[in-house]
Amino acid sequence: MFEKILIANRGEIACRVARAARGLGVKTVAVYSDADASALHVQACDEAVRLGPAPPRESYLDGAKVIAAARQAGAQAIHPGYGFLSEQAEFAQACADAGLVFVGPPPGAMRAIKDKAQARAVMRAAGVPVVPGSEGHVGEEVAAKASAASVGYPLLVKAAAGGGGIGMQVARDEPELLKALRACADRARASFGKDSVYLERYFEQPRHVEVQILGDGHLTLAVGARECSIQRRHQKIIEEAPPPAFELPAPRPRLLHRLLDAGLLAARTVGYANAGTCEFLLVGDEIYFIELNARLQVEHPITEATTGLDLVQLQLRIAAGEKLPVGQDDLGPRGHAIECRINAEDPVKFFPSPGPVKRFDTPVPADGAFHDGIRIDAGYRAGDTVTPYYDSLLAKVIAFAGTRAQAIERMRSALARFAVEGVKTNIPTHLKALASDAFARGELDTHFLERL
Amino acid sequence: MPDVPAHITGTVWKIEKKVGEEVKAGDVLVILESMKMEMPVEAPEDGKVAEIRCKETQPVNEGDVLVVLK
Repeated sequence: MFEKILIANRGEIACRVARAARGLGVKTVAVYSDADASALHVQACDEAVRLGPAPPRESYLDGAKVIAAARQAGAQAIHPGYGFLSEQAEFAQACADAGLVFVGPPPGAMRAIKDKAQARAVMRAAGVPVVPGSEGHVGEEVAAKASAASVGYPLLVKAAAGGGGIGMQVARDEPELLKALRACADRARASFGKDSVYLERYFEQPRHVEVQILGDGHLTLAVGARECSIQRRHQKIIEEAPPPAFELPAPRPRLLHRLLDAGLLAARTVGYANAGTCEFLLVGDEIYFIELNARLQVEHPITEATTGLDLVQLQLRIAAGEKLPVGQDDLGPRGHAIECRINAEDPVKFFPSPGPVKRFDTPVPADGAFHDGIRIDAGYRAGDTVTPYYDSLLAKVIAFAGTRAQAIERMRSALARFAVEGVKTNIPTHLKALASDAFARGELDTHFLERL
Repeated sequence: MPDVPAHITGTVWKIEKKVGEEVKAGDVLVILESMKMEMPVEAPEDGKVAEIRCKETQPVNEGDVLVVLK
């Protein structure tokens, strides 16, 4: 095992990785921007190195600075968390070139799926069902119009280098398509440095399901499935394991197995190792691959709750060259887990709400461990300031119980006791969703919140 | 002469209109970015862009006037 690792992230995930490392006796190095000099993640680590000014490009996204910090601190490996540098194959390669272990998949697997249009082509060729869409990028308007006509409206214009809902737009007819093409290309160029876009059929009410993958380079496991249908602005806010989609109103074990198999096939197709997630849309009885996220997901704790595994410790152990300590037959998911993402945002308009956190009283200690079935992974505490530079995730609340109904009750009780002042949060949105009959019946899809 | 303020704290991502341009209520004048989200700032009424008081990439606070219409 490593003696010391650098955590190239901030907020709750940096704190989460620090906890996992501490549990393995590994020392941790935090990095921070000027906006985060006294942030919780800096205190969660044994030492800290300043990267630069607040904007991500000058701090958390500057791979050269991160690698220099790791060398300066004497770290042997870098855990990228999610977002920022986590899915950049060039960064993974630069780590290797600098003699540092990148805690994630091999750069080759990252390259194969980095361009989402290319990933679709690779998966389709391997027999993984993909969402109907354009063959590769659509460059010129003429080609895009022709491609759109064959895919059929409505469709989704997506940035090939995109993620997290950025650079994605619905087009219901040709004028909207032309507008969306320009907007997505602009956005993609500014955010990702590449303007290529592709088209996918747009489903009106899909469910979002995904497979947690774990591989050590020899053995690849489908660790479990999650459902993340409850989203706003294409970003997940409530996640569940196991997916209600395969439980309610009646169990659909065969469909679940098809999903797990498709996830495994997708991972094996690109030689995936370490932790990753294959995302799919579920429409009726059909599953469609959308993307393979080459990193730890925000919602990984619900899989940890239902499998008993520590996914972050396993990431570190795999990166250090260890074999997976479990096999597919050891994985018998038990109970039900729900995660609510607590964001600093207006609960009605979903506007971001940066500002000083005056009060942050969590219902149980925010130490990443379960207390009476509730776990809280937080990136902030009272006295901190939420700045507009980074995402709005303040904390994650995870409820675990024997049944889904009990997990919902636990979550509602925990959220009702979670008091945040100074910034607005989406806790009222969560409470409303959890109290609804549709949620209780498991009638979820990606437009659930709009109907609430 | 309505002043159009930033409705959130963030960074100016894109300015969609030029001084002198005619705009209709609901047209997007400026797109702000905050916490990885894009937030369009729309014209509250029909008019003409009299003044643009922000630059792309500039950080702004909630309430700062971005555009003046006449």
